[in-house]
Amino acid sequence: MWNGSASITEAVQIMAATDLMQSLLPRRTSRPALGGGRHWVWGSGFVAALVLAPVLALIWQALQGSDGLWAHLWAYVLRPALGQTTVLLLGVGLIVIVLGTALAWLVAAHDFPGRKVLDWALLLPLAVPSYIIAFVYLELLHPLGPVQELLRAILGYDNPRDFRLPDIRSMSGAILLLGLVLYPYVYLPVRAMFAMQAAGLLEAGRMLGCTRTHLFARLALPLARPAIAVGASLALMEALNDIGASEFLGVRTLTVSIYTTWVTRSDLPGAAQIALVMLVVVAALVALERFARRKQRFAGGAQRIRPLLPERLTGLRGWAALALGALPVVLGFGAPLFWLLSEAVGRIGEAGISPQLWAEMRATLGLAAAATAAVLAGGMVVAFAARLWPGGTTATLGRLASLGYAMPGTVVALGVLVPVAGLDRMIDQGAQMLLGFGTGLVLIGSGAALVYAYVVRFLAMSVGGIDSGFAQIPRALDHAARSLGDGPGASLRHVHLPLLRPALVAAALLVFVDTMKELPATLLLRPLGVETLATHLYSEAARGTYEDGAIAALAIVAAGILPVIALARIGRRNGAGRRP
Amino acid sequence: MTLSSRATLLATVLCLPAALSAAELNLYTSREPKLVEPLLEAFTAETGIAVNTVFLKDGLAERVAAEGGSSPADVLMAVDVGNMADFVEKGLTQAITSEAVLAAVPSTLRDPQNQWVALSMRARVVYAAKELDLDAITYEDLADPKWAGKICIRSGQHPYNTGLFAAYLAHHGAEATEAWLSGIKANLARTPGGGDRDGAKDILGGICDIAVANSYYVGLMRTNEKDPEQKAWGAAIKVLLPTFENGGTHVNISGAALAKHAPNKAEAVKLLEFLTSDAAQKIYAEANFEYPVNAGAEVSPVVASFGPLAIDPLPLTEVVANRKAASALVERVGFDN
Repeated sequence: MWNGSASITEAVQIMAATDLMQSLLPRRTSRPALGGGRHWVWGSGFVAALVLAPVLALIWQALQGSDGLWAHLWAYVLRPALGQTTVLLLGVGLIVIVLGTALAWLVAAHDFPGRKVLDWALLLPLAVPSYIIAFVYLELLHPLGPVQELLRAILGYDNPRDFRLPDIRSMSGAILLLGLVLYPYVYLPVRAMFAMQAAGLLEAGRMLGCTRTHLFARLALPLARPAIAVGASLALMEALNDIGASEFLGVRTLTVSIYTTWVTRSDLPGAAQIALVMLVVVAALVALERFARRKQRFAGGAQRIRPLLPERLTGLRGWAALALGALPVVLGFGAPLFWLLSEAVGRIGEAGISPQLWAEMRATLGLAAAATAAVLAGGMVVAFAARLWPGGTTATLGRLASLGYAMPGTVVALGVLVPVAGLDRMIDQGAQMLLGFGTGLVLIGSGAALVYAYVVRFLAMSVGGIDSGFAQIPRALDHAARSLGDGPGASLRHVHLPLLRPALVAAALLVFVDTMKELPATLLLRPLGVETLATHLYSEAARGTYEDGAIAALAIVAAGILPVIALARIGRRNGAGRRP
Repeated sequence: MTLSSRATLLATVLCLPAALSAAELNLYTSREPKLVEPLLEAFTAETGIAVNTVFLKDGLAERVAAEGGSSPADVLMAVDVGNMADFVEKGLTQAITSEAVLAAVPSTLRDPQNQWVALSMRARVVYAAKELDLDAITYEDLADPKWAGKICIRSGQHPYNTGLFAAYLAHHGAEATEAWLSGIKANLARTPGGGDRDGAKDILGGICDIAVANSYYVGLMRTNEKDPEQKAWGAAIKVLLPTFENGGTHVNISGAALAKHAPNKAEAVKLLEFLTSDAAQKIYAEANFEYPVNAGAEVSPVVASFGPLAIDPLPLTEVVANRKAASALVERVGFDN
């Protein structure tokens, strides 16, 4: 990709230096658009429209009027759900920000035994979906589970009626467990920021006599602010979307309320109304994120990536650092994995892995790959349009395209189902008129509807990721490329894509893993006869037994590890200072 | 998706009209697949008709409604009478006219217009710690403060509970039901959640003394070879069949309906006839530990050990009619919060 562009590289490095100078001066107005490539904006509009269609379908649903009175919904459903959701989000937000940032700083700025492993191992909880960690800990911490059994043995009690720990099924339990699997959303971008951006500034700070505390508080933290904002908002939207863990742990969030309003009361309009309220909460989250990222633009990105010179922690301090850093990995990944392994090994030893499970694995991977490709393409169109034509229109389109991530899977699925099923019926009837035979439900039957739902759901991750990737590429590069004769498309190929690779890989992995974990939309939209690992697990969970479920859960987790390892390897290569 | 599976998919889609003419039918079910599988296997073995199953925990009715006239669904299966009524309200069903089906299922266990029939019954019972000195209980008793901190139950919004609460509402009226629900909430040992089996598990774990749950789980736990832990849960409890004061034990149903646009109607009717036959009802009773709807089939020994079931005389239509009001009351008292 980079071949034959050496002259451009050199030119942009010179330009970048001037850009760095300019960035030190106060600047009020944003840079004028480069122009050209207007069709990217139309493309962005098209993508946004695709995302918006299900939302509009929902609004249409909501306007059908609810059987349940709005006053009742508000007083007894929405208000408590809003309260619980707020507490949950505050708690999870606090945990993921503190944990993610502290761990990133620990790994980026210190050297201790096992740091290299911890560097990527800290991403592993990303492979554990919230409904799996909740289920595992319900088992582990139940009075009949291994932890309390051991405690009773140590303390000399025979009967759980004489001694037991407080129940994990609580708000604080939910906050802790969600925080444990969601902190990598913050850790990942913040660590990347420290690794790629911080070296020069931090070393300057160090030379100017900053203490380590000051270095962190006054340089590293402000520098990491945009990365924290992106990561935390992704983690919070994930928490907002979660249904399995909240359901298992007895927390009535907005998402759960949508479920109950729709499923139990068969009140689709009411559910759509709650969903719209939820969109307001999400809009607030997005606004908060934008606010936290305000006036941040990165300069100097064209310089060689140089890792931060870490402070060596020796002896006991080094081991303490390792222990501290390893704790989230053990709790968020090691313990669940170990438990699932021991459960699954028993089952496999007894019955082996059924061909059905292999087929489900293939279906899961296939759907996730298709969704990832579509999501990246869409995100690239939206983000590049915003790059070419910065300003209100493209920014708004970007925000619209990101809306779906905030909607729970069920709601997206509902929003997708109504228009797509209508389209399917039109195609079917059209084919019957023109060809003499029907096509059946092509879009739903082929899985296209499901992939569409995934795109709606996860586009925000690629838009956000690619967006902040672009933000790290100095605009001087665009100017250089364009002045050397590249059009928008060519500059994307020659300049942006190679530089965006880390951002693209990161976005692809997040999307891939999340698609694999995705449950509610998959349940609703998967084609006849197709099962994914997640739906398998859920259909077992529906009976309250996890007989083969542990194997499916283990497979979800194991498959989720692969992209995490790939991500870690790319991170290490960049960390070693090689050019992408 | 691999090339071959994509090709298969394409072939499936393109050949759908041809496929539809073969002897098969499409079943949409919200019942757990493992519970239905033995029945479907027996059906295919007997008739040679293949059954394609779509398992949808939630949103079955919405999906069929959205598919409209192009829906491949032939038979809709669900648990809870409210879900069955939902199919009818959404206009997704057609009347079942098969004499064999109507003869097998008593009229109290059918839709008044035969838009659905019950396939099995389950009682909403109380599990009690084995050592507890308790032989009988009424549903009204559950709100008695003497049970403070001792009751486990799943979400108040779960259809099994809303069904019970709707029956209570029909018996006692809104005000009494609200007070009763508040009373139960005050007695809970933990937040409502989990499944019915968790009630037994938590009794063994010392979290609660009694739990409200469905009858058939007892048999499923006590005979569970795949997950022997559950045998201990099942062994830790005894089953009480509660009654309403001046009434009987609340039962809910699992049921089936003929889809309105069923492309394989003849095969679908055959499935319904099979499911209500003595042979299938025997499987329901023995493998699933449910109460058969066909008087010709007997209950399993585990279920028989609970004692005689005195079904509450309240018609199921009353349960359906009060379901939304019951759900609203659950929200009013913040039962699940």
